[in-house]
Amino acid sequence: MSELLVLPPALRDVEPVRSIRTPARLEYTFRAGEATSRFLRGIASKRILGERCPVCGKVMLPPRGSCPTDGVPTGEQVELADRGIVTTFCVVNVKFSGSAMELPYVCASVLPDGADMGLFGLVQEIPFDQIRMGMRVEAVWVDDDELQPNLASIKWWRPTGEPDAPYESYREHV
Amino acid sequence: MRDVAVVAFAQSHHVRREQRRNEVEMLMPVLHQVKTDAGLDQSQIDFTCSGSTDYLAGAAFSFVMTLDGVGASPPISESHVEMDGAWALYEAWVKIQTGAADTALVYSYGKASPGSLRDVLSRQLDPYYVAPLWPDSVALAALQARACIEAGVTSVAEMAEIAARSRRSAADNPFAQLQGSDDPDVLLKEPEVASPLRRHDCPPVGDGAAAMILAAGDRARELVDRPAWIRGIDHRIEAHGLGVRDLTSSPSTRLAGERAGVGDAPVDVAELHAPFSHQEVLLRDALGLGDGVAVNPSGGPLAANPIMAAGLIRIGEAAARIRRGDARRALAHATSGPCLQQNLVCVLEGEA
Amino acid sequence: MPAAEILSAPLVLEYPFSRTVGPVQSAFLTGLREGVVLGVRAVDGRVVCPPMEYDPTTSDELTELVELGEMGTVATWSWEPEPRPNQPLDRPFAWALIRLDGADTGLLHAVDAGSPERMASGMRVRIHWKDERVGSITDIACFEPAEAA
Repeated sequence: MSELLVLPPALRDVEPVRSIRTPARLEYTFRAGEATSRFLRGIASKRILGERCPVCGKVMLPPRGSCPTDGVPTGEQVELADRGIVTTFCVVNVKFSGSAMELPYVCASVLPDGADMGLFGLVQEIPFDQIRMGMRVEAVWVDDDELQPNLASIKWWRPTGEPDAPYESYREHV
Repeated sequence: MRDVAVVAFAQSHHVRREQRRNEVEMLMPVLHQVKTDAGLDQSQIDFTCSGSTDYLAGAAFSFVMTLDGVGASPPISESHVEMDGAWALYEAWVKIQTGAADTALVYSYGKASPGSLRDVLSRQLDPYYVAPLWPDSVALAALQARACIEAGVTSVAEMAEIAARSRRSAADNPFAQLQGSDDPDVLLKEPEVASPLRRHDCPPVGDGAAAMILAAGDRARELVDRPAWIRGIDHRIEAHGLGVRDLTSSPSTRLAGERAGVGDAPVDVAELHAPFSHQEVLLRDALGLGDGVAVNPSGGPLAANPIMAAGLIRIGEAAARIRRGDARRALAHATSGPCLQQNLVCVLEGEA
Repeated sequence: MPAAEILSAPLVLEYPFSRTVGPVQSAFLTGLREGVVLGVRAVDGRVVCPPMEYDPTTSDELTELVELGEMGTVATWSWEPEPRPNQPLDRPFAWALIRLDGADTGLLHAVDAGSPERMASGMRVRIHWKDERVGSITDIACFEPAEAA
């Protein structure tokens, strides 16, 4: 408290207020827009849909209706395989709130065949210390009656057993 | 000082709810149009600045995704203000003044439909003494309106005339959300929504976007035939505490107008960012606008008020009239904060 | 794509926020907790309530606290016909800028007037304190119309 401030007698011997709690809560209805809605509805029918840029030709995933490089709409839908390459990954050893995962577990960026951008997902059904870049994986979907328009419909990715992709084939996507 | 001009301007069709498209999808056509009209691609734009608020989307850094619509690769020189695009324009103008840019892209957007705008705007208030009470933006404007009416600055009848005139002017504006109006005496029979304001005194809530290209000196003359030159631009802010301010006048607008050179010569057209009808009177008084000035021929914010874009649109509409030859000297104003707390004034002219 | 096929989901943005206060704000909020209202004298002699740390015109640090009354005068008001969550009252009420006795500036708060017909600029109002106070502007539950002195 500043020495220059002279408190009235009633306040001199009480504990001063040092902070206030000002919680803020705002409610919204988020609308996903065309591109995201189309992508998520595809996921709900076990299809992975990317969008191709008419200028650079790259296939965006997950698609958002535009190419971030060229700033143009990307309407052309491209159906992608639900198998691809682990381009990078990390082994998670720290629990964070809200996660039910047993430690350690592996998060990876998976580049589906035909796409130029990857999806984030878990890699399972393999000891975590055997996972490597270039490993070929396939999606493990939830049961058909559990499919939802969100990425939780893909439970995780598991190795296919195919030979690893050579680094040169995915180095631009790392 | 370098001469800086508006060489292109575009806006979306403002609607109550943009149901299908997300913010990027809404912005892209507007961004493409200004670049096409100016004959520039992104590699020829030296600086990009946007104005928006993440609180409309409810997501931190949500504005970054709009760069997907700009084409930000190779990496661009870019900035953002959590404010109306008029202040993004000001930053771009300053950038050009420093010589660090000759061309700039300015854009802004507001998609208010996902949330409750009145609650969202309460978060910009004094967090210690005012925000915990959650006063909504309409109630605060209504406080100012009553103070103005009781001080004799305006009347509900004058406010109704302003509302009717604005929305009738908007009949010529294909982008406006509200077009046309009943007569003022019919409007006055409606109930108050937040005494003393009636529905017609308040701006529509909606979604919209706008973009503009600025260019300096000879670059502007190379790009387009009739640049709209920014002769003066300034912005001022008043005290944060509502109770400390005089709500029956707008000293920050008056000061910004003086610094922008409003009084240097007569003005034909004024696009004023007065979201509430009584505020047009306050702004006219502060800027010394006489009866000969056409106010808000676009319809103004009473016809379309996309939050964060409405101020930039005033500048764009004024510039468009200069470029079409419909006005020789125009004034545009933008506001931010409750009850005209912060104000920007811009004076535009055609080629001498 | 028709609008009906666009996916939507509820989104809640919620932050706990805790803010430290400066010496003048602390005095004011401690005062509210103790049932005392303080203003601060500005450089030009005006008494500002709610008080601020720095002069709104000169930006000098302000230190002279002034004790104010629990009654005040409504400078201007508006009516809230459909109160929103978190607002001071859940029945229709008036927002008002209230000049507490001894202050020269308005404090924003709610007036529990019952109907807009009971409101008028210049009317007298009195603080209605919350029973349990914590040191917040909401320690003032609202203002109530007071009979003329």
